Amino acid sequence: MVSAAAADKDVSILPISEETRARIVAEMEKFPSKRGALLGALRMVQAELGCIAPETARGVAALFDIRPVEVMEVVHFYTMLYDRPHGRHQVFVCTNLSCSLRGGRSLLRALEEHLGVHAGETTADGRIHLGHEECLGACAGAPMMRVDEAYHEGLDAESARQILDGLD
Amino acid sequence: MALPPPYVTGPLTEHFADEAFAGVDGYVARGGYEVARRAIAERTPAEVIEIVKDSGLQGRGGAGFSTGLKWSFMPTERSGPSYLVCNADESEPGSFKDRLLMERGPHQALEGILIAAWATGAEKTFLYVRGEYAYPANCMERAIGEATSRGYLGENVMGTGFRHEVVLVRGAGAYICGEETGLLESLEGKKGQPRKKPPFPAQVGAFGRPTTVNNLETYSHVPNILRNGADWFRGFGTEKSPGTMLFGVSGHVVRPGLYELPLGTRLDEIVFEHAGGVPGGRKLKGVIPGGASMPILPAGQLDVPMANEFLRERHTSLGTGGVMVMDETTCMVRVACVVAWFFRHESCGQCTQCREGTGWLHRIAQRIERGAGEAGDLEVLADIPGKMEGATICAFADAAAWPIQGLLRHFRPEFEQHLAAHACPLPESFEL
Repeated sequence: MVSAAAADKDVSILPISEETRARIVAEMEKFPSKRGALLGALRMVQAELGCIAPETARGVAALFDIRPVEVMEVVHFYTMLYDRPHGRHQVFVCTNLSCSLRGGRSLLRALEEHLGVHAGETTADGRIHLGHEECLGACAGAPMMRVDEAYHEGLDAESARQILDGLD
Repeated sequence: MALPPPYVTGPLTEHFADEAFAGVDGYVARGGYEVARRAIAERTPAEVIEIVKDSGLQGRGGAGFSTGLKWSFMPTERSGPSYLVCNADESEPGSFKDRLLMERGPHQALEGILIAAWATGAEKTFLYVRGEYAYPANCMERAIGEATSRGYLGENVMGTGFRHEVVLVRGAGAYICGEETGLLESLEGKKGQPRKKPPFPAQVGAFGRPTTVNNLETYSHVPNILRNGADWFRGFGTEKSPGTMLFGVSGHVVRPGLYELPLGTRLDEIVFEHAGGVPGGRKLKGVIPGGASMPILPAGQLDVPMANEFLRERHTSLGTGGVMVMDETTCMVRVACVVAWFFRHESCGQCTQCREGTGWLHRIAQRIERGAGEAGDLEVLADIPGKMEGATICAFADAAAWPIQGLLRHFRPEFEQHLAAHACPLPESFEL
């Protein structure tokens, strides 16, 4: 068990803003047990720090009164949580069946070439992480990609490249 | 950003072209929340459950279980809180109907939830939206805020004394969280690994309390059922599968999109008449009728009504209504690779048969596709699904096994051609 003093220390090493901390506490109150807020908290922390590194997980674990390993196993289970920096923008091309039938994989290849990275890698300047993703529920707009929180549907290589070129 | 309204609308989506319908004023102007108010004020929970049972409404999330019956499993005497869960973790490849319902009819979904909450005695609903659905989640969050500030949700729902709160929870990317007990684990802040049943969620669900889990489309049908009655709902669809359903059509069709049609509408009518058939004068080769977990049907077998009692005769199911269409250029071994990879990637890893079986299926399919197949590969590929099916904690292994069985049932010669020639005989097929 982690002692109370050690837990306080771990919480204090979680370098998130007071506002985020307050949002996490508010989120905890929505659930019968505060752990229900863990996924939401991890998303908030990741949005602020870029990823959930092991030392970050220690701070989150202290906030939730659970062990760091319980935080990391959650991070590793879900594809939208990262344990290392992932680029400023997240670009995911859907390669499931409906999109593949309409050129999803060709689109991914074109973007790999355009960015000079393979799927699963981040550009050297840290600007874009490119990946492929399973069905995103945009099958009528195939092929498509997700850029951060936004969906872009009905793409071809040219329109997709333009969207990426427009990112900061 | 928002999906367009369906090409064919029905009672569930008839107002979806009206953007005001997504807001509380537009919804109330169409009579919204009045059905829930009357149900809570004038009917007992048991009466509401009876109406939903009589309507024959079946879950629209894939399993097709009787909704009213599921609600009746909730204990009527209890010593603490009970919950409702709305499953909007829509992740079945080929499915995008819940997204539409959240974007264009969020209050309709909330009213259905409210009625279900009254019927099952739930004090709180957890609305679990898949992590990637940022815009649909924002639509629901806004609607929850509006409904709460107007008193349609909250401490005293429309002055009836009933208390109900809806909490939106966003997932973080895991297909298995659409399985109801995987979802419950995720809701509790854990890995979304499905639970052994029994106990069922109605006994031990979210946070250890009795819980009813339904798909978002299922809830969305409920206000109309209460408004118009069980017999009205049974006026659509077949005797065993009443009502309409939102079919999502994708792949090689002229008009990919959503279609609200009565259950029992023939699959060939959906593909050819509604979705415009295959573009470019090409021929149709096969159709997956209900999302990637459901076995494929070859072109000659589309004369089937889209209802489980008919689809099961052809060894497939309605699933989530995701109709995926493939033209004559499509390599079915590549289809096997795509689908097998998906399930390999998404297996939660708890059960050996699933964790290892999905990997075997994918590796063998990939080997055959690359022209590196070995003697005996096809026999092993055909043998594995039977060893996965029914052997695990949840139905994911079945969902991974069935599509491979379907592809081998109808397109085995194509796999044999790959093995014999060590190459793909369909050079025009989609790129892998």
